[in-house]
Amino acid sequence: MELGDILLAVAIMLGKSLLMLVALLIFIAYALYADRKVWAAVQLRRGPNVVGPWGLFQSFADLLKFVLKEPVIPAPANKGMFLLAPLVMCTLSLAAWAVIPLNAGWAIADINVGILYIFAISSLGVYGVIMGGWASNSKYPFLGALRSAAQMVSYEVSIGFVIVTVLMCAGTLNLSAIVESQNTGLGILGWYWLPLFPMFVVFFISAMAETNRPPFDLPEAESELVAGYMVEYSSTPYLLFMLGEYVAIMTMCALGTILFLGGWLSPIPFAPFTWVPGVIWFVLKASFLFILIAMVKALVPRYRYDQLMRLGWKVFLPLSLAMVVIVAAVLMVTGNAPGVR
Amino acid sequence: MTVTAAFFYLFATITIASGFMVIASRNPVQSVLFLILAFVNAAGLFLLMGAEFLAMILVIVYVGAVAVLFLFVVMMLDVDFAALRQGFLQYLPIGGLIGLILLLELILVVGTYTIDPRLVLTPVVPIPAADIMTNTEAIGQVLYTRFFYFFQAAGLILLVAMIGAIVLTLRERVGVRRQDISKQNARTQETAVEVRKVPFRQGI
Repeated sequence: MELGDILLAVAIMLGKSLLMLVALLIFIAYALYADRKVWAAVQLRRGPNVVGPWGLFQSFADLLKFVLKEPVIPAPANKGMFLLAPLVMCTLSLAAWAVIPLNAGWAIADINVGILYIFAISSLGVYGVIMGGWASNSKYPFLGALRSAAQMVSYEVSIGFVIVTVLMCAGTLNLSAIVESQNTGLGILGWYWLPLFPMFVVFFISAMAETNRPPFDLPEAESELVAGYMVEYSSTPYLLFMLGEYVAIMTMCALGTILFLGGWLSPIPFAPFTWVPGVIWFVLKASFLFILIAMVKALVPRYRYDQLMRLGWKVFLPLSLAMVVIVAAVLMVTGNAPGVR
Repeated sequence: MTVTAAFFYLFATITIASGFMVIASRNPVQSVLFLILAFVNAAGLFLLMGAEFLAMILVIVYVGAVAVLFLFVVMMLDVDFAALRQGFLQYLPIGGLIGLILLLELILVVGTYTIDPRLVLTPVVPIPAADIMTNTEAIGQVLYTRFFYFFQAAGLILLVAMIGAIVLTLRERVGVRRQDISKQNARTQETAVEVRKVPFRQGI
């Protein structure tokens, strides 16, 4: 390859990544706003309504506030790792978006093992939390980090089994191909949420536990640990932690859309609806999942730590393991297993 | 080709450097973090060789699960490293000797390593081209057919190890009040609440 070709390829890749990054961050700003509005509406409050019309610019005002404040680094903290932790968290959660296909052929990198890549990246998210909690050199952050280490490792197991069941039905690890395998001509009834409904529920709950979302936000439980691993963080490092958390939640919503809700496919498979660009369907479906997660935050009280562990290891693990066996058996008996010769 | 070579040298250098830092850094938590860096860069080397499945599994299993537990344990331990370093010079000769023997053995093994020429001539499973069959599919094709018993045996060994670890650490403590969720969910208003008519100025 010529040097010019390489430079051109790199430039195109950078352009695509930058476009995705900007679109994603603006979407996250409004997802945060929606989260607060839903939370407020459930509690009969108004939520943010001062900055801009209906408070639409609240997230940007928050951004400015965080960036302009002075970052405080505690004296006993391990300085390098203290500042590295939020960066790790934010970078890793943004990296997952490199493989997510927003429309047919719209992924930045349409790799063969896309689903494994997302699983690997999301399992690395725990390092940001552990490093932040340890480097703060303080009691509450350390307890928060220990909790999150156990919690995120536990729920990864059930998410892994959920992914395995979908993979058995789709017969591929490529995210675009998983979406295409749900294109059966039945529209919304042909997607995997219907035949694999128990796994969809397990995925939804595990996704909340994996991203430390309420009711599983024990690493930052403010009634016991003040703010958990984020106690010592202020200004931009705190902003990066929070941004990373919301990006991880959106990643889980996008993953749920791809695995169970047919990605960019139209829910009603005939004329006026199939003209709508796929990316709009994708954003609508991901937003639907996000609103559901926001509702759960407002409606459900926080779990106790032993209940959380019981749910992960004694309910979800056997259930998802049994579903893997059942789905495999059904696919083999009915002869629908893809790739079996 | 040059891009691949550049990335190879980048990943290889970082792997070796972070491998060295694992044993050189003073803080055990930093050692584990350098170990993680080495794992991730090894995954990058796998990717360059086209073994994308192995690369991802390496990250998921070693970085995502095993190293988290390492870090978990190391953070909890309160190791006094000054005490550990005290006998360093005293143990250096014997440690160096063992290291030297290991190095010689490795050089002997790697230097004389050849693939049996009969194996190259008669491959048991014909190797398809990379564009027909993906890496993942190829591993699945041999893992669940040719090496099925080895695969199952490896799983059994892990299961035995897991049960062993649980048996060693499990202790039933008496007098601990645990929540029994099924019992709690089975409670109804009749079993949990009793309504009494309380006579005035008498109590129950």
